[in-house]
Amino acid sequence: MKKKLKIVMISGILIAIGWLSNLLNFDPLIFNTSMVAAAIVAGYQVAISAYNTLKMKVISINLLVTIAAVGAVIIGEYWEAAAVTFLFAFGSYLESRTVGKARDAIRDLMDLAPNLAAVIREGEEKEIAAEEVKVKEKVIVRPGEKIPVDGTVIKGKSEVNQAAITGESIPVSKETGDEVFSGTINKNGYLEIKTEKVGEDTTFGKIIELVEEAQEEKAPTQKLMERFSKYYTPGIILLSLISYFISGSVRLSLTLLVIGCPGALVISTPISIVAGIGNGAKNGILIKGGEYLEKSGEIDMVAFDKTGTLSKGEAEVDQIITYNNKSEAEVLRLAAIAEFNSEHHLARAIKKEAEKMLETEFNSPINFESQTGKGITAQIDDKEIMIGNSRLFNEQEIDIKPEIEEQKNSLEDQGKTVVVVAENKKIIAPISIADRPRENAYQIVEKLKNVGIKKVVMLTGDNERIAESVADELNLDGYKAELLPEDKVKAVEEYQREGYKVAMVGDGINDTPSLVTADIGIAMGAAGTDAAIDTADITLMADNLNKLPYAIGLSKAANRNIKQNVVFAVLVVFALLAGVLGQKVFLASGMLVHELSVLIVIFNAMRLLRYDTA
Amino acid sequence: MKKIKLYLEELSCPDCANKVEQVLNKTEGVKKADVHYTTSKANVEYDPDKINPDGLKKAVAKTGYQVEKTK
Repeated sequence: MKKKLKIVMISGILIAIGWLSNLLNFDPLIFNTSMVAAAIVAGYQVAISAYNTLKMKVISINLLVTIAAVGAVIIGEYWEAAAVTFLFAFGSYLESRTVGKARDAIRDLMDLAPNLAAVIREGEEKEIAAEEVKVKEKVIVRPGEKIPVDGTVIKGKSEVNQAAITGESIPVSKETGDEVFSGTINKNGYLEIKTEKVGEDTTFGKIIELVEEAQEEKAPTQKLMERFSKYYTPGIILLSLISYFISGSVRLSLTLLVIGCPGALVISTPISIVAGIGNGAKNGILIKGGEYLEKSGEIDMVAFDKTGTLSKGEAEVDQIITYNNKSEAEVLRLAAIAEFNSEHHLARAIKKEAEKMLETEFNSPINFESQTGKGITAQIDDKEIMIGNSRLFNEQEIDIKPEIEEQKNSLEDQGKTVVVVAENKKIIAPISIADRPRENAYQIVEKLKNVGIKKVVMLTGDNERIAESVADELNLDGYKAELLPEDKVKAVEEYQREGYKVAMVGDGINDTPSLVTADIGIAMGAAGTDAAIDTADITLMADNLNKLPYAIGLSKAANRNIKQNVVFAVLVVFALLAGVLGQKVFLASGMLVHELSVLIVIFNAMRLLRYDTA
Repeated sequence: MKKIKLYLEELSCPDCANKVEQVLNKTEGVKKADVHYTTSKANVEYDPDKINPDGLKKAVAKTGYQVEKTK
């Protein structure tokens, strides 16, 4: 790299000396000598490489440039020879610098890989290379250190920054039993981890491998461009020979050689793809390859599998409506203690909400009794608490007031599950529990429309009532309810027949068939689930809907970028050809336009690295 | 047939990738070579009876590029 710059500088200085002597009316010999010297300095390496590849019977752009420069010297066009070689060397120096920047997006990510691990072996702590840790070994991670393996926390509590995996830098709290990922950063606590996956098998290792492979996956446009340039270069060489025999102009033939390699065209697509995929990877969005980037740029319909995407996929307390002057906190406290020993998913939702709201832990009640399909009873201090559905209260002959009954029905109409809490046989509160849409779901649907999605629909296994209320609340363009996985496939196919390009969004676990059927399958919240990463075309590592409009917006931007680059590059190719044949463009100007067009294409692609939707 | 990944020193122009690819494809024992400009990597399918990784490295070296590591 430094050598390249030195070559460019020396050659440039020689050219300047040449022009200066010309300006001062010195002997033209000085001008000519310094120009030839400049051409030799800039062209020496080019010629060597041209010779080496020619020995392998491969015609490279280096060979074309060498022939052009040597030819120019022979016909006495010393300045042209110097200009062509100088511009070629300077251009490739600038190209490799800027392309290096595009590649850095991935390199930054790779730099997040952990190097060292503190492992416990034979009772002693040892520092070893991260990839040498063995499965089941205990690893210690101190505050500020990188977690070196995928595993489960067996001791300690801490906040972990998972940006390397999910692209989100808001720390996530981890304690015993939680899953942690290699490459993430332990912020403030001490953690002991039981190793489950190491090195390339970790989620982080998979991401790196996938991103690397994705960049090599050739998009359809790229294949087309490569086929074009395969014929273009020999075609131009032939044209160069023919034009010499017709016009006898050596200068014209040499200029044709200079423009014989459509650099901007060859690089137009891959450079945009590298930048686009790089941007995605930094934001926790894995795009499997250029093909998918191009395809998802054409998406005009998004179909959600509700659970785990539009909703979090777990039941949560939705509303507590209190009677008899009870406070919400008191109801929650009693309910949480009463349900202490229950593992029912509704009980879990109540306990979770209580812990979150009251910030304490609870003890077991006395005389806990559970009646399957009805509810529970328990004794707390001097109170008898009952929690359950209508069947429990009918059986106990406790009246539910018409007012409460009405409220209960209206909540159930919204697709929520309602349990009723009673204290000493008096109803104190109905609690509604639901797998609620995420807080930002409504805005996300709007954002999707803003990035060019025409229709947003939901395909769900839930019942009609739930589906309708969610679709209403989020202002969806349609929904289909009570679907089995194979029905979802049929629904996607139906939309495709109507002419939509469909992106299916799921959690990637139980909706695999429809993800595969859709034009683009997007799995969300996939950190740690390899199967989801394998099936989906685009994977959102974070469990955050925000990444979805980002991913689609980025794909659309990348698609536009590719089109701009291709159109520009094709125009340049034809403009150059016309200019050369019309005797308006010669060696130096031909090379200048060629190099400039390559740089413009690269700079345009680099804009994708900065793509960001707020 | 065996497959190998060659990590090349950074390729400085798109045409250089083409060049390395064509040279590899013309090398005896190489069934198929794919060289990627954007990642400076070559995926090579080769016949281990006719050429070994060192031979592949030498073929690449002829184009003026070094293989930094293999996998």
